[in-house]
Amino acid sequence: MPKISVDDLKKIKEQQLNKMSVRAGHHRAKITVHMGTCGIAAGARDIMALFRDIIAEKDITDIILTNSGCAGLCAKEPMITVELEDSAPVKYVTLDAAKAKRIFEEHVMGGKVVEDLALAIGSETMAT
Amino acid sequence: MEDISLHILDLAENGIRAGATLIRISVEEDSANDRVTIGIEDNGRGMTPEFLNKVMDPFVTTRTTRKVGLGLSLLQQSVQEADGEMSLTSEPGHGTSLVAFMKKSHIDRKPMGDLAGSVLCLIEGNADVDFVFDYRCDDRSYSLDTRELREIIEDIPLNHPSVIRLIEDNLRTGIKETNQA
Repeated sequence: MPKISVDDLKKIKEQQLNKMSVRAGHHRAKITVHMGTCGIAAGARDIMALFRDIIAEKDITDIILTNSGCAGLCAKEPMITVELEDSAPVKYVTLDAAKAKRIFEEHVMGGKVVEDLALAIGSETMAT
Repeated sequence: MEDISLHILDLAENGIRAGATLIRISVEEDSANDRVTIGIEDNGRGMTPEFLNKVMDPFVTTRTTRKVGLGLSLLQQSVQEADGEMSLTSEPGHGTSLVAFMKKSHIDRKPMGDLAGSVLCLIEGNADVDFVFDYRCDDRSYSLDTRELREIIEDIPLNHPSVIRLIEDNLRTGIKETNQA
């Protein structure tokens, strides 16, 4: 059975010592993938994996990738909410890999809302 | 749900939404007894006996955003299709525990799917929650406990890309090696 190397973990810790943004929980953007039963059945896990791969490939450390429950629009899954610092959250619906990549490039990295893919701008009611 | 790993992701997410800080997931493939067993245990807010009695009803949910709660009933259907059974126990304030088993060789048993992908999604998407994942395949086993990792990395979040990459490599290798006959 493989064990995660303590040395590798310590190395990561040392590398991050001077990156206060990570340690203080500061982030430039947050991507929330909705993972209710509906989202998972519609492919939310693949969307999350795609964002994970892009973030790793670009070596980005100030974007938080997280998930949440069902937001109540099951027919519109997979859905994500993108929040940039000092901007209202934007919800994107009926995603696939191509749309998710475009949102990442144009909105998360470029700061411009992808209006033709967005459902709404503003706060949402989260599942309880 | 296309496979067992998606059911696991879905039901573990339920535990997180119920305020759990620790989720234990176990998966066992037992060829000698022709059985696949999954267990998901959380320390969330739990359910009252009254709610537990009706929780398999797809039109029962605690959510306020919609009127249906399909996760458990979909798993129950998958389990029954593969000649299995599932049981759920819960105590308010102490959490919920689910155990389900299926006949491993049953033609209608769903494939295991991407177990590593599901566990990784849970860890990455819920960095404040701890996960213990145990995978057993006959006489081989693999386990991952995020509490052990957290002790070493201290205030570096578990969902930091470098940590996640390390966890992903470990999960995929561990599951593959455990699953090899």
